[in-house]
Amino acid sequence: MSARISLRNIRQTFLVRDDQDKRRHEFVALDDLNLVVEPGEFLTIVGPSGCGKSTVLDLIAGLSRPVTGTVEIDGTPITGPGLDRSVVFQQYTLLPWRTALANVEFALEARGGLSKAQRAATARRYLALVGLEESAGRLPRELSGGMKQRVAIARSLCYEPGVLLMDEPFGALDAQTRERLQEQLLDIWRRTGTTIVFITHDIEEAVFLGQRVAVMTSRPGRVIETIQVDLDRSRVGETDIRATAEFAEYRHRAWSLLRHQTVPRPVLREVREVA
Amino acid sequence: MRSTVIADPAAAGLTARPEPAAGVKASRIRARSRLLRGLIGILLLAAVWEFAPLTGLVDSYFFPPLHVVLGTVWTMLADGELWKHVQASLIRAGVGFTLAVAAAVPLGAVIAWYGPVREVLTPVLEFFRNTAALALLPVFTLILGIGETSKIAIVAYACFFPVLLSTIAGVATVDPQLLRSARVLGLSPVAMFAKVAFPAAVPTIFTGIRISGSAAILVLIAAEMIGANAGIGFLINYAQNNFLIPKMYAGILATSVLGLAINYALVGVERRFSRWRETST
Repeated sequence: MSARISLRNIRQTFLVRDDQDKRRHEFVALDDLNLVVEPGEFLTIVGPSGCGKSTVLDLIAGLSRPVTGTVEIDGTPITGPGLDRSVVFQQYTLLPWRTALANVEFALEARGGLSKAQRAATARRYLALVGLEESAGRLPRELSGGMKQRVAIARSLCYEPGVLLMDEPFGALDAQTRERLQEQLLDIWRRTGTTIVFITHDIEEAVFLGQRVAVMTSRPGRVIETIQVDLDRSRVGETDIRATAEFAEYRHRAWSLLRHQTVPRPVLREVREVA
Repeated sequence: MRSTVIADPAAAGLTARPEPAAGVKASRIRARSRLLRGLIGILLLAAVWEFAPLTGLVDSYFFPPLHVVLGTVWTMLADGELWKHVQASLIRAGVGFTLAVAAAVPLGAVIAWYGPVREVLTPVLEFFRNTAALALLPVFTLILGIGETSKIAIVAYACFFPVLLSTIAGVATVDPQLLRSARVLGLSPVAMFAKVAFPAAVPTIFTGIRISGSAAILVLIAAEMIGANAGIGFLINYAQNNFLIPKMYAGILATSVLGLAINYALVGVERRFSRWRETST
């Protein structure tokens, strides 16, 4: 249940309307981006907002195709969304008219091949995995933000994808809830062995979760460095890893990389007119 | 894969808020006092209706006091005359309304789901919607005759556009994030529509259905005034022509009660289907 992902020489552009001259310009979101995610790895991607992090995720999810370059999963080019990958978005994307359980079942319905009873049983198992079996019958509006996101995680995991893609999933949560969910996610990752690609703009979150942290620059977006994080996360619930010297060092390295590239550079507008 | 509880949700402080029993009770009391105040308004209106003619403020021949009108309502109820007219109107309104909803919801869904179709049709639909249904009554009468068909047709016409446009709006404005997350699951367009877009649009569709409910009665009464031999519109017009003034007011009262009943019924159904919405808490 884990897969290898590779992105090679990716260039991705969008047409954006310029506020001043009202014309459409080509905006280079990603340029010459290279990234490999190893099977079973927990990789975090950190970068300033607008650096193209989400664009990378969309490419892996198959929601968009690159202008140039290749995106592969286990050696096969990605051409569209598929059940070998799943995505947890920042906004809660639960169906508001379905209960927590029915929302998890929704993903299983999409996959097909299971009876109604089997779907319910599987959904219950995954709700239990995220600690929400008690809330199976609640509607999303009756759940807190953290609970909603845990349902979303259960929904993404229930059909056993090889890769779990997460786009700032804890961005909208309060600090305590976020820490809890980070720990829980590490635990789920250890149990399932799923490859996880996790996007965040929060350096601490990136260092805390990632075995490797890919640091991205903006304009154009590319990965400038990948930091190998060797932290002992086996006792994460009991010890405060964030307080250790190693953690501070990793955090500082990522911080310096980001600081170095965002401040001294002039606003480099890679915007050229489209014929 | 194992299925063990990983963290205690209570310890994480993530358990949902308990049902606020006290709050529910308070809001019930508030609702009751609101109802009471509303009742006072109705009683005031009734008092004005009763005493304005009695005190000679208005001509009691053209504006009989309430008790006279209610007396007429009572006799008409007893001899079945009122029910005959209400029934005729209800059947026409019901058939027209049902036909309109049955046609407008699927059509609106298709139009909304296919962007180019929507762009082509929206101006045309706006044009038709802004053509007052009653302006078309002569056309309907010309083509369909003065019988039931033309009256049902005009009700259907009046109901059709609110439902159609609200269906289009509902389906077209579904949260793109919801659709994105469904796309990630590899749902087919048909499944995406059935499982995501349509359920999400239901509350908006019901807004149109409710508007149609009042439109149905409005248009029907007018149509019945022009050419019919039964129905509330006919009753009002007939009574006025024959100086049966209390009967005329009885007919008017009947339309109000009917309109209210239909509206409340539709609001009830709407609530039933929109319970999941944030606003219903």
